[in-house]
Amino acid sequence: MADASIGLWTVPLAVFGGAIRVSTPFLFVSLGECITERSGRINLGLEGTLVMGAMSAYGISYLSGSPWLGVLAAGVTGAMFGALHAGICSLPRVNDIAVGIALMLLGTGLAFFLGKPLIEPTAARLPAIDFGWWSDVPQLRAALRINVLFLIGVAIAPLLYWAFRTTRWGLLIRTAGESADAARAMGHSVLLIRLRATMVGGFLAGIGGSFLSLFYPGSWNEGLSSGQGITAVALVIFARWDPMLCLWTSLAFGGAAALGPALQSVGITSGYHLFNAAPYILTLAIMIITCSPKRTVTGAPAELSITR
Amino acid sequence: MDFGRISRRHLLQGSAALALSSTFGIRGAAAAETTVGFIYVGSRDDYGYNQAHAQGAAAVKKLPGIKVVEEEKVPETDAVEKTIESMINLDGATLLFPTSFGYYNPHVVKMASKFPKLHFEHCGGLWTDKDPKNAGSYFGYIDEAQYISGIVAGYSTKSGKLGFVAAKPIPQVLRNINAFTLGAKLANPKATTQVIFTGDWSMPVKEAEATNSLIDQGIDVLTCHVDGPKTMVENAARRGAMVCGYHVNQSPLAPKAYLTGAEWNWEALYPKFVKMITAGEAIPNFYRGGLKEEIVKVSPYGEMVSAEARKHADEVKAKFMADGYTIFKGPIVDNKGKTVIAGGTDRGQQDPELERMDYLVDGVIGATA
Repeated sequence: MADASIGLWTVPLAVFGGAIRVSTPFLFVSLGECITERSGRINLGLEGTLVMGAMSAYGISYLSGSPWLGVLAAGVTGAMFGALHAGICSLPRVNDIAVGIALMLLGTGLAFFLGKPLIEPTAARLPAIDFGWWSDVPQLRAALRINVLFLIGVAIAPLLYWAFRTTRWGLLIRTAGESADAARAMGHSVLLIRLRATMVGGFLAGIGGSFLSLFYPGSWNEGLSSGQGITAVALVIFARWDPMLCLWTSLAFGGAAALGPALQSVGITSGYHLFNAAPYILTLAIMIITCSPKRTVTGAPAELSITR
Repeated sequence: MDFGRISRRHLLQGSAALALSSTFGIRGAAAAETTVGFIYVGSRDDYGYNQAHAQGAAAVKKLPGIKVVEEEKVPETDAVEKTIESMINLDGATLLFPTSFGYYNPHVVKMASKFPKLHFEHCGGLWTDKDPKNAGSYFGYIDEAQYISGIVAGYSTKSGKLGFVAAKPIPQVLRNINAFTLGAKLANPKATTQVIFTGDWSMPVKEAEATNSLIDQGIDVLTCHVDGPKTMVENAARRGAMVCGYHVNQSPLAPKAYLTGAEWNWEALYPKFVKMITAGEAIPNFYRGGLKEEIVKVSPYGEMVSAEARKHADEVKAKFMADGYTIFKGPIVDNKGKTVIAGGTDRGQQDPELERMDYLVDGVIGATA
């Protein structure tokens, strides 16, 4: 490996690799939240769902030996958390944001409690597909070892974009999100639509969590998420509730997370605290840019409790 | 059911009947018992810093007549004062081990003044003679073990490039990086250590990214100073790099990649402390030690460690055990070219100068700020 150093090329490569490696949880959570918010609810609890998904995926993978069973378990756990959120929010005069915060705390707390015995054992990991077989550069090959979940996430984004525009289900979700009265007038139960949308959102967020524990960084511990779920929820607002934009912003956040370590590895050490904070600075900048007391955010579903 | 595994908070939350029966059960066994409280900043099964302390607590638990209460994930804020007070007032703890560096000032100092008859043993080596006499701050010279790791790493690297994933540029961390590098240069004078600071003690995604970036630079042996080395160890092993562990023995995580590691040996020290207290002896307020004093130890060598490396590392280890070895022996130049320890000056382990370390030695690639 003596001559394998690629010098400054590490930085763009790490940002590229990071965009693929780190973005997947952002992608799944933001797509899930996109569905939920389009139906007129905000589920802030996805941070808890993400952590819970990571823990249950790791646990099931460890016990069964099958990481895919773990992914499924994470999805089901996430859907149950979604159902809980939607169920509580169906009660009259319940604030979905407050319920979300409560579920975020419940999810992380429960995951830490149940996950105690899982920190030490090593569970079976998800396999990676080697897309770098054509290259001789080991660094590039490593960056191109891509997990199927990332590809699934990338495929879901345009699918969702299409579904929102052209399918009956997409229309129903959007109707519930834009005008609950209209949906009711059409004879549909708004609560039922939102229940399903929140469950699907939770399912995806849970799968995002399974990526964290079963692929990258690839083990269960309590600092695993470090706020990625909540960042992803903020990202949906930045992406204007558009699944395709969710994909691009997730990739940008993934790349931003890789920037700090990559710059230090090539010897650019000044201000690394700032580069390490890049994803959070990006979040903050997004919030400032998108917030204005004078206008509602364009593209925001009209039924959301923040826009109503 | 193992009551020791249940934290104090869970006990409180548990049913009154259960709590009562367990209390009576223990009271019946030992009439005059001492309660010892352990406070951890993170999870005690983190394969790292907190687990090392929890292993020490587990060793204390085995002593007769001793009851152990534990609380984990206590932040370095007022929260630790509340935990200490409740351990004292509710559990009757008379000896407390707040094990995180940031607990000391002002929290432990304040509590030690408030409860002058109780004993506080803090991990971090921060006690000064202005502080209450019933408080103490012990620390281990784990850089001795890092030095040994460095020697092994220096022999094992093929590229001559070593990597260090570090949390924050505080003196203890810098001292480890420097000791590791000096050890490596003993084996391979051209060896360099590339350091990456992640900014905090537990950032798994950043640690994984740092590990990948280092390996992309051609680095083939990595070590770290973060709370949970598991992420670094597993990710480095997956990329085919070798690792030196930290805090506890991580070889079960990567048996083929694990060379050796610098470990704490709290399970030797804590029972010793507790015995001293129960026997009425005073623990020195400023308690230090390294390999010789059994406060730190070196993990058993992995199978890929060469005979040459083993021999050299064992020799140096024997010198440490005989108390005849100085790591920071002048002249030492930092990586900006400045002489930080003049030729002829030996900075022995006890030297307070070393605890104010703010430089990286020549051979380290990275900056402290």
